[in-house]
Amino acid sequence: MKLQTASRLAIYAVLELAGNPDRQLSAAEISDKYDISTHHLAKVLHTLGRAGLVRSVRGASGGYTFSGNAKRTTLLDIISLFEPVDAMQMDGMEPGEHTSEGLALRSVLTEIDEITQATLNSITVSTLLKQAASKTAVAQE
Amino acid sequence: MLADPQAFQIRAADATDLEQVIALDERVTGTAKEPYWNELYTRYQTRRPKERFFFVAEEEKDDNSESIVGFIIGEVRAWEFGSTPCGWVFAISVDPATRLTGIGTALFDVISESFKKVGVHTIRTMISHKNHELLSFFRSEGLTAGPYLQLEKELN
Repeated sequence: MKLQTASRLAIYAVLELAGNPDRQLSAAEISDKYDISTHHLAKVLHTLGRAGLVRSVRGASGGYTFSGNAKRTTLLDIISLFEPVDAMQMDGMEPGEHTSEGLALRSVLTEIDEITQATLNSITVSTLLKQAASKTAVAQE
Repeated sequence: MLADPQAFQIRAADATDLEQVIALDERVTGTAKEPYWNELYTRYQTRRPKERFFFVAEEEKDDNSESIVGFIIGEVRAWEFGSTPCGWVFAISVDPATRLTGIGTALFDVISESFKKVGVHTIRTMISHKNHELLSFFRSEGLTAGPYLQLEKELN
């Protein structure tokens, strides 16, 4: 599965903000770390703000904070703000799907979609932060 | 959020716990299955008890009585599906009123330690992909997709 850039940026932003609950981070601070476009990230943060996942604080020392529940917010919640995850159901009939061969192919692709959705819906922000911390520990050994 | 360490204790299940375990399972799953639980408990007590684990989480209530607020069950299985010995967790439940307080993690930790003590270093389970809450729980405990895919077929 390949994520659209906006989804990837959103996940990084949420991880960064949720992982630093005592700090307000600017878009530039986050984009520096991941080497991504600040302009694109600002747009993504705006969408995350409208979804209630981040809050922006104005002022000289302003920035963004995570305002969701890290134990409840999943990768699916974030990604589905930027791209359809349930592609098979979103797109309706594909060419050839009126045939038995097309239906057989569709059922295989639906299987894959269901596993993808279940996986994305089972990984919370908190779990991904834990996984990232264990990778940091391995990298430092 | 971590639970108050005094709020509950984890211990091996005994016969007097069964009634509460059955009631908790029925509350959570919506299905009463008393014969299943009685048969399972007997099997765990009498056959391969050193490789089968049935723990309960017990909470002390305000009136000093105790109630079962969670349980976990698992066993060592070897060579099924060509797998080397591993610890299978096939039941875990926590009272919905006490979730997100660390009880599930405490139960999981205890059974993981029990598996390690008998020489098993892989823990495995199977979860409906529609059960997002339980999938999230096991993910948060570090489980990831394993090397097997579960397949099935409707027999008409």
